[in-house]
Amino acid sequence: MQPTQTPIAVPDIIQLIDLKYYLIISTALFVIGIIGVLTRRNAIIIFMSIELMLNAVNLLLIAFSSYRADPTGQVFVFFIMAVAAAEVAVGLAIIVMIYRNIRSIDVGLLNKLKW
Amino acid sequence: MQTDLLVKLIPLFPLLGFLINGLGFRRVPNGLIGLIGSLAALASFVCVALLFNGFGGEAQRVLFFEWFSVGNFTVDFAYQIDQLSLIMLLIVTGVGSLIHIYSIGYMHHDHGYGKFMAFLNLFLFFMLLLVMGSNYLIMFIGWEGVGLCSYLLIGFWNKNTSYNNAARKAFVMNRIGDLGFLLGMFMLMGAFGTLEFAGVFEQAAGLPIGDATVVAITMLLFVGAMGKSAQIPLYTWLPDAMAGPTPVSALIHAATMVTAGIYMVVRSNVLYTLAPITLDIIGGIAIATALLAASIGLVQNDIKKVLAYSTVSQLGYMFLGLSVMGYTSGMFHVMTHAFFKALLFLGAGSVIHAMSDEQDIRRMGGLKKYLPITFWTFLIATIAIAGIPPFAGFFSKDEILMHVYQHSKLLWVLGVLGSAMTSFYMFRLLFLTFFGRFRGSEHQREHLHESPLTMTGPLLVLAVLSAIGGFFNVPEALGGSARLGEFLNPIFDLSRKVDPSAFGEMLLTHSEEYMLMGISTGVALFSALAAYVVYVRRADLPESDMVERPILEKVLYNKYYIDEFYETVIVRPVRGLSDAFYSFGEFLIDGIVNGIGWLVRLLSVQFRRVQTGSIGFYVFAMVLSLAVMLWVRFFIRL
Repeated sequence: MQPTQTPIAVPDIIQLIDLKYYLIISTALFVIGIIGVLTRRNAIIIFMSIELMLNAVNLLLIAFSSYRADPTGQVFVFFIMAVAAAEVAVGLAIIVMIYRNIRSIDVGLLNKLKW
Repeated sequence: MQTDLLVKLIPLFPLLGFLINGLGFRRVPNGLIGLIGSLAALASFVCVALLFNGFGGEAQRVLFFEWFSVGNFTVDFAYQIDQLSLIMLLIVTGVGSLIHIYSIGYMHHDHGYGKFMAFLNLFLFFMLLLVMGSNYLIMFIGWEGVGLCSYLLIGFWNKNTSYNNAARKAFVMNRIGDLGFLLGMFMLMGAFGTLEFAGVFEQAAGLPIGDATVVAITMLLFVGAMGKSAQIPLYTWLPDAMAGPTPVSALIHAATMVTAGIYMVVRSNVLYTLAPITLDIIGGIAIATALLAASIGLVQNDIKKVLAYSTVSQLGYMFLGLSVMGYTSGMFHVMTHAFFKALLFLGAGSVIHAMSDEQDIRRMGGLKKYLPITFWTFLIATIAIAGIPPFAGFFSKDEILMHVYQHSKLLWVLGVLGSAMTSFYMFRLLFLTFFGRFRGSEHQREHLHESPLTMTGPLLVLAVLSAIGGFFNVPEALGGSARLGEFLNPIFDLSRKVDPSAFGEMLLTHSEEYMLMGISTGVALFSALAAYVVYVRRADLPESDMVERPILEKVLYNKYYIDEFYETVIVRPVRGLSDAFYSFGEFLIDGIVNGIGWLVRLLSVQFRRVQTGSIGFYVFAMVLSLAVMLWVRFFIRL
């Protein structure tokens, strides 16, 4: 977003690994997350899979940020981490309540809310 | 100024009475309702009397405020006090007060007593507005207001559907007339740029006789008068209006409201003098109405219906007087008619009261000895309306006929014929009700009683007025000085200037006048005698409804089938049309609205199956959708 800015030199140590590997690993992590969410029925596992997807996105943001020498992406990562922490707090609480009510955390059982 | 205050107070009292009784309905104690209502009317009457006493002969205009002003066109909320409005005010508040007092006795058992008194007061307020307004618009407010009150009071016993229908009929027919009045006002605005009486008449006086605009205006205004004053073709509401309580019939549908049309024509006498064509038409309609209504009255058996047709007929006479520019005679008849017709109706009310709500004269008879006061007062009123000297009706009717005689002999003959019928049906009514033997049920006989003082008191006062009312305007031929004529004279100054010939000296010699009087009196006496022979000597009774009547009588008994005619020609086609429009709207609009609703429901039944409640499916759908979106975004070139 800042094409006129003079590029800051990217440290060599980062450039040792090519950007495409970051892309590949984050995509892999993200797909693992999706598959986890889609296939598992345990609410906690689904929750963990979502966290995995979030972190895949975080990793990608960091990579791009470093390669482009633009700190905006890293700022976003902090936001995402903060929101994710809040989400964990709320989400886990919900899961605990679900468990207390139906003695199970199988999301397949939570199908009362339908037409 | 003191007169200013008086003038402003006159309509205020009835309005106050209406507000107290109307807003406090069911909270004002029963004993107070009548007192408040009657006092409001009486207070107005006292104000009018004081005003009349201090009246100097100069027309006065009392300005309240400027109501609105558009460009050069201004309408003031102002009252005009002159000879004409004073006479009307005296009649309205005087007769009105008596009828208010009568209502205390007649209505105090009714559940809606307070409501009734409130409506009567409201009526009085609007009627006062009508006669006091200094321009056509204020008059129109009163005009509409009295129509509203008439509607409310005819349908007063609103649990009865036929009464409600009668009320609606009266209202709708009046609206037809009002439309004419309204159009007339628009034309006045266009032609003269003002609605103020003084301004209009002054400008009109400069126009030539027969001016087309004035003819149109007068015609339209007369359509309004037709509706309000029950002339052909808009008269059928008045007989039906008898559904209302009897004091209402007396006050609104005999003494005051129905004379509004005559008042309006007399008020606009300059315009009417300018339009001889309109006057001729009025004359034709008036005599037709008078004869038609009188002939129907000959065979009716409902005591109030007879009086109602009599009212229509007498209104015809008033217009007949106006049509030959006998404006004073018309006003004179308005006055005497207010006395004796109010008396007749109140007497009929007293009879109905005594007979436990029986109105059919075939079941009455012999009431003379049970209701002496009612009988004697009714007798006086009958003689007065029949036109037998020296009671009120003789003088006023004779004056009208005299004017008519000068104008057209044919109209005069028809007028005398009508007066013969008047005399016959009135004496028929009197004889059938009060003479002979009692024909009602045993139960009714036990219940017979003279009415309380609140009811007989007004009867007595009105009887005195009916007896002596004629002496206000004794013609010169009989050694009188035509005082009412003298008093009203300034009202017609402009008309006289416009058409001096119409207001010339009486062309008739005194001997001719005596002859005319003799003829009409003789005819009236003869009719009375005929009625006596038929209904007392031979003790004939009108047949029951079951019996087949001779064809002529059948036509009369069924009121010339005019109601049926209107029903077929106007009411039913209009209703058919509205039904057609209604069902079309029903079909089209409802089709669209219901169709959309139906479509949405149909689709939703299918789509809601998607909401399965299974989280896995939701997530899968989400992922799939996102994938599709990305795929579309990156791999499809649009």
